[in-house]
Amino acid sequence: MLQTPLIDAHRRAGAKLVEFAGWELPLHYGSQIDEHHAVRRAAGMFDTSHMLALDLEGEGARAFLARALANNVGRLTKPGKALYSCMLREDGGILDDLIVHFVRGDLFRVVVNAATADKDLAWFASLGPAGAALRPRRDLAMIAVQGPQARERTWDALPALRAASEPLEAFFGAQAGAAFVSRTGYTGEDGFELLLPAAQAEDAWQRLERAGVRPCGLGARDTLRLEAGMNLYGQDMDEHTTPLECGLGWTVDLESARDFVGKRALATQLPARTQLGLVLAGRGGVLRAHQRVHLAHGEGEITSGSFSPTLQTSIALARLPVRTAPGETAQVEVRDKQLPARLVRPPFVRHGRILV
Amino acid sequence: MNVPPDLKYTSSHEWLRAEADGTVSVGITDHAQEALGELVYVELPEVGRKLAPGDGAAVVESVKAASDVYAPLAGEVVAANGALNDAPGELNKDPYGAWLFRLKPADASALDRLLDAAGYEKTFT
Repeated sequence: MLQTPLIDAHRRAGAKLVEFAGWELPLHYGSQIDEHHAVRRAAGMFDTSHMLALDLEGEGARAFLARALANNVGRLTKPGKALYSCMLREDGGILDDLIVHFVRGDLFRVVVNAATADKDLAWFASLGPAGAALRPRRDLAMIAVQGPQARERTWDALPALRAASEPLEAFFGAQAGAAFVSRTGYTGEDGFELLLPAAQAEDAWQRLERAGVRPCGLGARDTLRLEAGMNLYGQDMDEHTTPLECGLGWTVDLESARDFVGKRALATQLPARTQLGLVLAGRGGVLRAHQRVHLAHGEGEITSGSFSPTLQTSIALARLPVRTAPGETAQVEVRDKQLPARLVRPPFVRHGRILV
Repeated sequence: MNVPPDLKYTSSHEWLRAEADGTVSVGITDHAQEALGELVYVELPEVGRKLAPGDGAAVVESVKAASDVYAPLAGEVVAANGALNDAPGELNKDPYGAWLFRLKPADASALDRLLDAAGYEKTFT
């Protein structure tokens, strides 16, 4: 198994380590529910060093990204701006979802999922970036500090980051010495994602912990992103799903004249499925991936489901017939029972508040 | 791993305790709660239900997964620990205190044929 530069810190903290996308990572450090609450109420941190940062630099970098990504790279006008996008196949299926940062000039930094990193690299290479060099940055570690107090605690722990990161608006990033700090995340809370040299990761992690930031594992990361209504690649979307079928239509730019891989397919296909959220109405079990969902006019399937520590009931994301609307009640097959669940539009929780 | 010596066990990670009134309490072991992760839902059997060995008697669900709890021996359910409905996390905090249900065994000697602590620990090696 691959290990991040923080493996020793995780072991010392008593993490329960599991395999994830070929990496040995913490599932939790005792209680994933307490870790979840720490992020909603104060500050928590995740080792996300398994994700791959890729630098793309050169006069052809912008044009290459405009061809490779479904979201409008033309919106990256101000240095530091970040953009969430899917990368598609010609048939519109999703190869991966990623964040691209416009660092400066002709330098862009793309952060992709761990499980898809090799596939993504091969895909980028196959598109033949002309006039741009692609550099995987395995020399960088990544720590996501998330929660209403995340920024303050980060500055307490790492004061050198303050000057560069305090002015950042949401979805902007900046270089701060050897670190790159972006005001992004995967939890529905405010916070930073820090990309820093691997050799500095453990010291930063310990400083953050001493400043009151709670180490959190993959378990809390999954329930936080689910409450935030954020898709997980490989679960809520894959190569056989288009962005229009999994709630990511807002990330697809069909308006501008720009041509990108998958555009023709998305412009001509009418999606048959849509994504909505489910909130379990009573008790009776936990909503989970692959459970069948029955509606008056058809049926669908849960793609992600779990217990929501914030709502104190079970919630899910589901792929449903396209005319399904929020407010309807669905019946979900949970083990040997049919349980009623309310259809809602995600997110379920944002900035600590329940929205459904 | 905590395996109290005075209890009986099954290879599917239930524990059993003979109570003074002749009933048998059933719960899930420390190993089971650790493997499942934090429990968020329990489904208990109805009092009066007659169980055969191996019947699905209860369900426990964690943040990660659902798991059946099987009847370790034949008998009638005489009590269910309803307090767990609102506090399933007790199964993590105190696995040998948080019993799920109590059985009146059809054959009291059936308990003797289940695993003792040493036998249960051997199922891991």
